[in-house]
Amino acid sequence: MTSSTIITNNSHARIVEFVSTLFAQHLAYTGMASRVEILNEGGFRSDGRRQFELRSINIDLSQQGHADGSASISHGLTHVLVSVFGPREAKNRSQTIHDRANLNVELSIAAFSTGDRRKRSRGDKRVMEVAGAIKSTFEPVIQTSLYPRSQIDIFVQVIQQDGGVLQACINATTLALISAGIPMVDFVCAISGGVHSTNPFLDLTLIEESDVPNLTIAVMPKTQKVSLVTMETRLHVDRYEEIFRLAIDAGLIIHEEMKAAVLARSKTLMTCIDLGTHGGEEME
Amino acid sequence: MPEITILKRPRTEAVVTQRKFFKKTARGKVIKVLRERYLRDDVSCGIEGCRECETSNLSLPASGDKQHSAYPNGHFILPDTNVFLSQMDLVESTLFNPPIILLQTVLEEVRHRSLPLYNRLKALTKMDEKKIWVFYNEYRSETAIVREEGETPNDRNDRGIRKATAWYNSHLQLTRPPIRGQPSQLPTVVLMTEDAANRRKAEKSSIGATSVRQYVEGMKDASQLLDLLAAEGTNDIEPTKAVAGRQALYPEYLPTAVLAAGVKAGELHQGHFNANQYNYLEGSVSVPAYKKPVLLIGRENMNRVVDGDIVVVEVFPESEWKAPADEVVDQDSTLKNDDAEESADEADAEGNEVLVKESKLLSSEKRSSERQPTGRVVGIIKRNWRAYVCHIDSTSLTSSNATSLSQQTVFATPVSRLLPRIRIRTRQAPSLIGQKILVTIDRWDVTSRYPEGHFVRALGKVESKEAEQESLLLEFDVPYRPFGKAILDCLPKEGEQWVVPPKSATSPEWRDREDLREMIICSIDPPGCQDIDDALHARPLPNGNIEAGVHIADVSHFVHSDTPMDSEAASRGTTVYLVDKRIDMLPSLLGTNLCSLRPFVERLAFSAIWEMTPDAEIVNVRFTKSVIASKAAFTYEEAQIRKDDPHRQDELTTSIRLLNTLAQKLKAKRMAAGALNLASPEVKIHLDSAESSDPIDVEQKEMRETNSLVEEFMLLANISVARKIEETFPQTAVLRRHLPPPKTNFEKLQDILMKRKGMKLDVSSSGALAASLDQCVDPQEPAFNTLVRIMATRCMLSAEYFCSGSVGKDTFGHYGLASPIYTHFTSPIRRYADVLAHRQLSAAIGYTPLHPSLHSKPHVERVLDVVNRRHRMAQMAGRASVEFYVGLALKGRGEREKQVSGSAGTVTEEAFVIRTFRNGVGVFVSKLGIEGLVMFKRDMQFDAENYTITVGETTIAVFDKVTVRIEVEKDKNTQRGRVKMSLVHPIDSSGM
Repeated sequence: MTSSTIITNNSHARIVEFVSTLFAQHLAYTGMASRVEILNEGGFRSDGRRQFELRSINIDLSQQGHADGSASISHGLTHVLVSVFGPREAKNRSQTIHDRANLNVELSIAAFSTGDRRKRSRGDKRVMEVAGAIKSTFEPVIQTSLYPRSQIDIFVQVIQQDGGVLQACINATTLALISAGIPMVDFVCAISGGVHSTNPFLDLTLIEESDVPNLTIAVMPKTQKVSLVTMETRLHVDRYEEIFRLAIDAGLIIHEEMKAAVLARSKTLMTCIDLGTHGGEEME
Repeated sequence: MPEITILKRPRTEAVVTQRKFFKKTARGKVIKVLRERYLRDDVSCGIEGCRECETSNLSLPASGDKQHSAYPNGHFILPDTNVFLSQMDLVESTLFNPPIILLQTVLEEVRHRSLPLYNRLKALTKMDEKKIWVFYNEYRSETAIVREEGETPNDRNDRGIRKATAWYNSHLQLTRPPIRGQPSQLPTVVLMTEDAANRRKAEKSSIGATSVRQYVEGMKDASQLLDLLAAEGTNDIEPTKAVAGRQALYPEYLPTAVLAAGVKAGELHQGHFNANQYNYLEGSVSVPAYKKPVLLIGRENMNRVVDGDIVVVEVFPESEWKAPADEVVDQDSTLKNDDAEESADEADAEGNEVLVKESKLLSSEKRSSERQPTGRVVGIIKRNWRAYVCHIDSTSLTSSNATSLSQQTVFATPVSRLLPRIRIRTRQAPSLIGQKILVTIDRWDVTSRYPEGHFVRALGKVESKEAEQESLLLEFDVPYRPFGKAILDCLPKEGEQWVVPPKSATSPEWRDREDLREMIICSIDPPGCQDIDDALHARPLPNGNIEAGVHIADVSHFVHSDTPMDSEAASRGTTVYLVDKRIDMLPSLLGTNLCSLRPFVERLAFSAIWEMTPDAEIVNVRFTKSVIASKAAFTYEEAQIRKDDPHRQDELTTSIRLLNTLAQKLKAKRMAAGALNLASPEVKIHLDSAESSDPIDVEQKEMRETNSLVEEFMLLANISVARKIEETFPQTAVLRRHLPPPKTNFEKLQDILMKRKGMKLDVSSSGALAASLDQCVDPQEPAFNTLVRIMATRCMLSAEYFCSGSVGKDTFGHYGLASPIYTHFTSPIRRYADVLAHRQLSAAIGYTPLHPSLHSKPHVERVLDVVNRRHRMAQMAGRASVEFYVGLALKGRGEREKQVSGSAGTVTEEAFVIRTFRNGVGVFVSKLGIEGLVMFKRDMQFDAENYTITVGETTIAVFDKVTVRIEVEKDKNTQRGRVKMSLVHPIDSSGM
């Protein structure tokens, strides 16, 4: 990189340091990534997408166990499952905050989620970092002041990784919080973006993440406020704004998808309720 | 704003779109790989006028190519991978330009098999003349396929290629429905493959297929193109292998204990490995047991050694001995298609190609000249790996994208021809292209053809002066960091203001010093010299004899033993002179000021004063510390002019004349004793100005009488001092010797001279050699004698410092100077050995006690080992620096000539042939002092016995005078400029 000005952090929004490329580290060691063209001359990426095409999104909002709200989302092959408990009474008093609810985010990454099997303890630095990023993203979005002295537990499980883990975690958390009925200011929709040479592109896979400078942003669609930007790689300052704006737009697209899923789920629930009440009447 | 969409991937497609497999890494770890792909219908077929696909101006013509006899309706060809792997030259030909459909599958397979070929192919797709459309068949839903169970990757790809061909043909049919009343004019898409099995399968499913030969035979320019075809049948393309275990390419080393025992028993031999700079497949190890060095032929026998390593070799039985090859084998051209990625099949498919090529090179030579011991390396005693200055080979890059952060395995090509390419892994490869970088070797495994190393740091842009200079210093291991504070603290506190204090009995400076301030002393040095370490005087004595004095800067007064400055000077060993920079051994305050014997300033000196008869016989000599004030600082030229000017009769001039007469007599005596008049190619670089330091031109150094004057007196001083310190300290005196060369060293030169010129070289003693060198004169060629002298010098050993107690007294002699004893005393500012000699001499005359370390033989030996090495390196660095500037000057001259004449910017010079090879000649351009290689692309008629090579009708022999064209061309891959020579006269070799 030739420029003298390089952004590593930007003050557009609250910045959370996050070591996203660490996820990709093992891949680079094997040298596999180097044989793949990130963006070929035909304009295709290594998985057949074009620059601004996002991976297939699958959202499942069905009840999981006895969680108050849960959601699983997959961006391509990245799969994350989130369960939300609460608001409920805090387990230990030291964690209670007198005027608002305490957010407790716990992240676990399945050993089989990455290429090389590796168990990560809960005290793992990376795990803590991602959990911290999720927590600080949602603290201003959840209306915690409605629930003083209580606690909201968010359990995030990464089932499978193929780039964009943080974005999937945030999107799934948003959906799980919604399905738990916890009042929020807005959706939070996250997406990753990168730049290859001068070409920006969105929603990176693992191979792309380990090759190009990339950032993850989380946007609140209603106000178009950005609640998280993280960038761990070096990016030319001239390219930054372009990819930043593009990622916000992509966040809005993802919002549509998430909203549709929430509405569809609500509709199913409503029909079930209707059925229940109607059916009951008929039974009487 | 671009349109952002979410691609929906239906679950049902998962079989085709998702892939999961396990991969074993080089380290044996198993990794799960998950991939998905998105199939689409908007991948364009790239044929103009297609109703369904988007087309651009890059598209292929609608009806294809109608000129081929077999396809009157027009056709497109769709080549298989093996076409590019084996027939790249054909595809690159300007005559070969049918519309080509290049499948993604093919492109990726080429990339996987050979990156250099892939890069060539990529360049082709961008060329305007070529009509190539890349079709991304793996992303198009109709043509994407999945590997079936039990199917090899190769079969899968072949099937994919056939499927794509079939799809193209039906696509053409669908998008161009027949118009009624007109005969169908549909062009066909033809599968072109060298794989007969693939052709058969294609024909079975009624897809048109052809072999390359069959296709080319039907073309318009068949006769010309057929020549470009690689021989049929020779290239059996092996299918891409799945991950296999890595094979050992080299034998393992023997255990250390076995090596030690073998060397002790005399079965194995230990020595330094020297790589051959003309042939990377050959090297030699000099061992004491054989007169000739042990030859190592081929990679396997050299077994992972790098130039400079100390190795143990096993010598083969005499029946297997061979002679060195007489061919130039260039690593870059032989291995240009080798792949940097450390793939498992290095030992297999692509590895074989290289091995076949190499074994061809090794066996095809009719090794004609004499055989010498041949062997193989069985172990390494000590690696002498250091950091090497390299360039990145751009063809080994997988991605040259500047933003790419991915780790790549690339080749770093060392600047030195003696070293193998080094494989490094880096995340910043694209930004390192065109830079000089520093690389160290980490290891060399038996399974890896190349050593593995890592990037240390970048030195700067290639051909920028700073980078070149620093790389030179690094390459020759010259310590060039600025002096540290501890060292500078050892300097006199007064700094620049330091002066010799006024004479007084109490002042420590004046203790036991002679006051020679009134003496008419002057210094004679090259122009621009700042570190003047010697001055001279001579005057007639009343008794008819002459007093002559040599006054050397008294460095030991400032540099004391056991100080930081002393140890730094000891480790630097010598000052290094580059064309545009000097790397000092001592801080410049001392070197260029306090110790420098500048005119009109009082300076401390160490004087050697002789009383001589007018015939230059030494009556007596005394050494004393003194204070002098030089009266003038001349350049050689000024001194010469002054001496030759008869009008000048002042004291200074007469003393120069007196010195000169003595010097001539001294020289005559020395010559009579058998001293050699050697020659080395010395040239001078003219710099434009101090700031830009752009070389203007190169010229040979001129030798004047005054040069010889100074030289003779320095020799005299050195010899006198050597005698004195050897007498006083027989065990630890610091001396310098030049061993007589072994006779075998001269054999080749003698043979060449005999056969080519009918001249004899008597090497029985230095005197005989000197006499016979004087006989080697070609009346037509004044430069011939110099050339022979240069070649004779190369046969000799190099002089070295030694500690008098460490070797036998009979080996003290200096062969070149024909002096029984010698040391270095006269340049203490720039040579550390002289500083030691000063200290010893000072102790010998009872001025100071000798520091205990100089009484210790092991200590002196250790210090001199370092000094010897530094001395050698400094010489090489200086030479390399001159070479670099000669290159720059040539470029400059070429450009100037281009401006003047408008013709090609080249320089032509006369040169002598100094070596002949099977495929080239080595030449020496005396005017520029550089050596070069003229390479022919094919083998010529070569007569090793008579050292001739016949090109066409012309025979070129060693010592012939030829004219060469010298160009500085940039290597495309590494961006390094290199001097390229080609013959102009007697024959023009530019086309060969």
